[in-house]
Amino acid sequence: MSTTVEERERVVVRFAGDSGDGMQLTGDRFTNATALLGNDLATLPDFPAEIRAPAGTVHGVSAFQIQFASTDVTTPGDHADVLVAMNPAALKADLATVARGGTLILNEDAFQQRNLDKAGYDADPRTDGSLDGYQVYSVPMTSITVRAVEPVGVGKKEAERAKNMFALGLVSWMYDRPTAPTLEWLERKFGSKPEIMDANVAAFNAGYNFGETTELFAHRVEVKAAPAEPGTYRNVAGAQSLAWGLIAASRASGLPLFYASYPITPASDLLHELSRHKHFGVITVQAEDEIAAANMALGAAFTGQLAVTGTSGPGLDLKAETIGLAVITELPMLIVDVQRAGPSTGMPTKTEQGDLLAAMFGRHGESPIPIVAASSPAGCFEVALDAARVAIRYRTPVIVLSDSFLQNSSEPWRLPDVSAIEGIEPHFAEPNGAAFHPYARNEDGARPWAVPGTPGLQHRIGGLEREDVTGAISYDAENHERMTDLRREKVAGIAASLPPLEVDDPTGDADLLVLGWGSTAGSIRAAIRRARDGGEKVAHAHLRWLNPMPVNTGDVVRRYRRVLIPEINEGQLALLIRARFLVDARSFTRVQGRPMWADELDDAIEEALRG
Amino acid sequence: MADTLERTKKDFTSDQEPRWCPGCGDYAILAAVQSFMPELGVAPENTVFISGIGCSGRFTYYMDTYGFHGIHGRAPALATGVATANPDLAVWVVTGDGDALSIGGNHLIHALRRNVNLKILMFNNQIYGLTKGQYSPTSEVGKVTKSTPFGSVDRPFDPVALALGAAATFVARTIDNDRKHLTEVLRQAAEHPGAAFVEIYQNCNVFNDGAFDLLRDKTDGPHNQIRLVHGEPIVFDGGTRCVRLAANGRLEIADVSDTDPAQIITHDVHGPPSLAFTLAHLSQGPTEPTCIGVFREVQRATYGEAVHDQIARARERSGDGDLEALLTGGDTWTV
Repeated sequence: MSTTVEERERVVVRFAGDSGDGMQLTGDRFTNATALLGNDLATLPDFPAEIRAPAGTVHGVSAFQIQFASTDVTTPGDHADVLVAMNPAALKADLATVARGGTLILNEDAFQQRNLDKAGYDADPRTDGSLDGYQVYSVPMTSITVRAVEPVGVGKKEAERAKNMFALGLVSWMYDRPTAPTLEWLERKFGSKPEIMDANVAAFNAGYNFGETTELFAHRVEVKAAPAEPGTYRNVAGAQSLAWGLIAASRASGLPLFYASYPITPASDLLHELSRHKHFGVITVQAEDEIAAANMALGAAFTGQLAVTGTSGPGLDLKAETIGLAVITELPMLIVDVQRAGPSTGMPTKTEQGDLLAAMFGRHGESPIPIVAASSPAGCFEVALDAARVAIRYRTPVIVLSDSFLQNSSEPWRLPDVSAIEGIEPHFAEPNGAAFHPYARNEDGARPWAVPGTPGLQHRIGGLEREDVTGAISYDAENHERMTDLRREKVAGIAASLPPLEVDDPTGDADLLVLGWGSTAGSIRAAIRRARDGGEKVAHAHLRWLNPMPVNTGDVVRRYRRVLIPEINEGQLALLIRARFLVDARSFTRVQGRPMWADELDDAIEEALRG
Repeated sequence: MADTLERTKKDFTSDQEPRWCPGCGDYAILAAVQSFMPELGVAPENTVFISGIGCSGRFTYYMDTYGFHGIHGRAPALATGVATANPDLAVWVVTGDGDALSIGGNHLIHALRRNVNLKILMFNNQIYGLTKGQYSPTSEVGKVTKSTPFGSVDRPFDPVALALGAAATFVARTIDNDRKHLTEVLRQAAEHPGAAFVEIYQNCNVFNDGAFDLLRDKTDGPHNQIRLVHGEPIVFDGGTRCVRLAANGRLEIADVSDTDPAQIITHDVHGPPSLAFTLAHLSQGPTEPTCIGVFREVQRATYGEAVHDQIARARERSGDGDLEALLTGGDTWTV
C-alpha cells in the first residue's frame, strides 16, 4: 500500500514518557532535524521536579512539546496534534494536552496491568472507550526495538533503553524529517561506545522503517520550510542565549565576566553554561549561598568587572539586601532572575511571571532599580547586552527577568553579526590631580567608577547614606532627601536612552490594546493574529523595560479605549500601569505553572472587545 | 604587588576622624594597623579594606585605601569577589564576633575553606556593641545582658577552633593592647599567601569591660598568656608553667618543676591541625591561661590563583574565546 502525503501548515508533537525514558533527548533531536529542515518552531520541555520519581507513575512523567510550521511560530502550541506516550502514566498525564481528534502513538508493550495500576488506571484506556475520538496507534516499541538491536549484542537493558530512538525514528518518518542529522549526532555522541551507538542507530532505523513498511499509518505529513530572513540560523534555548549575551557584553565592554551563583532550579543552567566558557576569561563561582553569590558579584563589580549573579524566585528574596547595597553604592551589576512558580519553594520546575513586583519593590527603603525582561528564548541575548549597557553607563544594578519557560524553551535564531555589536565603554575614573569625589555625577546622573589599583582615587563606599558629591557618611536630613531624589532621578532618566514602546497596530485604529511583558509575547502574537484573521482590530505592545518604562508608555496606554494586560501572575504589570497612568487597564491572568495558551487569550480578547 | 617606595602611617590614614567610644580597644588596633601597613610595601591603592556591620565595620573609613563597608555578616563574601576578580590586590576583612560568627558564620567558614587570599581580622569583644549590649556567639554561658536578663544559655564558639575546623591555612590570636604582639601577628598574617584568620581580643569598655583582663591586665596578663612560638617548647608564666602531654594524648597545664622536659609540647604551626585544635581547647574563653600567637600556618593554593589558573589553562587548550565561533558552534543552517 502506498502512503499518501498530506501537506500541513503547522503541527504540534508531544513526546511523553518516564523520566528515565530519554524524552528530552528525543524531543531535542527531533527539534534539531526540524530546524535544519527550515521550519519555524518553538519548544517546551516539561519535566517533573523529582530527579527520578518512581518509574511508571504520573509524577515521573517527562514530556517535550514542539510546534513547527511553514509559517511564523510564536508558541510551543496550546494542544498537541500527536502525543507519543511511552507508558500508561504518560498517556494519563498528558492526554488532556492533546487536541480532540488528535493522534496517540502508544508503546503497546508498556500497557500491562502493572503499569496501568502504577499510572492509576482502573481499566485499560485503550479498550474502555476513554480514547474514543482520538486516532490511536498501538505500536510494540520495546519489543521491536529489542529485536532490531539483537544483532548488536548489547544486553536487554541497553536494548530496551534505545526505545526512545525507535519513537524518534517513527515520528521522523511520519513528518518526513531528515535522518542524517540524527544519525550523525548518534555517531558523535556515542563514538567512544560503538555498541551503544549501533544499538541506538538500529532502533532509530527500525522506527523509521516501521513507518515506511507497515500499513498502520495511512499517510505522512509534510510541513514545508517557513519563509525566513536570509541569514545563518541555529536553534537556541533561553539559558544559552542569555549566557552568550553576557559573554558578548563582556567582549563589547572589555570587562571580564564574573558570574557568581548558588545552584537553584531553573537558574542553574546559566551557571552550567557559563562555567564551560572559561577561555573567554569568564570567572564562575559557585557560592556557599545566594547572599554570598550576590556579594561576590558586587565585590567583583567594585574591582571593575562585568559582575552578574543569577537566581530564581527564592534566591531573589535572599539577595534583596545586597541588591539594596548595590543601589546605594551605585555599582554596575546584573541580577538575573529566572522566575519560577509560586511563593516559597512553590513549583520549582514550572513557569510564572510572579517576580515583577518583587524586582520593583522587594527591598526596604526607597531603592529604585532598572528592570528589563526577555520575551523570547533567542531574545535573551540582546536583553543581556542591553542590561549590561545600562548598568555600566548609569552605574546601577539592573534586574534581568527571564522565566523557566524562556530558559528551557528553544526557537530558531538568526545569528547576529558579532562584529556589529556596539561597544560598551566603561569610562573608568582616572586621576586628574584634583580631589576625587566618588559621588560627583555626570549628565546621566552616574557617579565615577574608580577601581582599586588606580593610584590617587582611594575612596570608601558602603551601605551608609553618603553625602552628595563627597561620598562621606552623612546623616544630614536634607542630604538624605537629595540623595533619595538623585537615585530615583537617575533610574527614571534611563528612559531617555530607551527606544519608544512600539505598537503593532496595522490599521492604526484598533479598539483594544493588548499590553504584555516577558514570555507571553508569543502567545499574545498568536492570539492577535487569529483575532485579526477574524476581522478584529487589536493592537499589541510589549514592554522590554519595566523600569523605567519607555517615555511614550503613558501616551500609548491612554490612546486606546481598552487595554488588556495578560500575565502569568495575578496582575502585577496591570497594577503598575493603573497606578502610574490612571488608565482602566484590565488584567487577564493565569497561574498554572505553564505558558499562557493562545486560545485562552482568544477568549480574553473577544471578551475585552465586547465588554 | 609589593614595591620599595617609602611610606608612612600618614599614607594609610584617611581624613575621617575615628568615632568609637573613648577607651575602645579598636583605637589601638587601628593605630597598629595604620603604623605597620607601610612596612608591607603595598601601595594604598592596591589595598582594600572590607568590613561588615558592627563597631568594627567603621574601620574601613579610617584607612586611606580602597574600602567597602558592606552589609551585616557578608564581608568575607564581598571580599571573596574582590580578591577573586583581582588577585593583585591586598584584601583585608575587618569583622567582629557577631558579624563573623553569627549572621556571617557561613561566609567565614567558606572563605577559609576556599583559602581566599584575605586577611580576616576578627575583633572579639564577646558582646554586641553597636546594638547596645546583647550577648554574642562568643559570650560565656550565663551572660547577663539586655536580651538575656536571666543569663544566656547557649554555649559560645571558640573562634580559633572554628577556623581550624574550617581548614583555615593561617589561624592566630592576639590582644588589642599588646602592640608588639598584635603587630607581629598581623605581619605574619599579611605575609601568608591565602586566608589568614586573626582573632583579636578587644575590650569593649562600655558593654563588656574587663572581659579579657586575665590576659590584658599588666599584672595578671604575663601569668596567663601562653605565647605560642613555632619550634619552641610551650612554657609560660615566667618559665614556671608549661603545656605537656597527658594521658590519652590530651594536653594539660603543669608546673615545669613537676614535668619531664621531654613531656613539654613543642609548638608546630605546620603539622596536622590536631595540635592547634587541642591548644585552642586548652581554655574556655580567657578565664584561665590561654594561648595567643600563631596556631597554624600551612601553604595551599589560593582560590584566586586556582580560578585564574583554570582560565589560563582553558585558553592554552582552546585559544582565547571567539564569540562568533561560540554562536555558530553546533548545528546551523543558512537561508
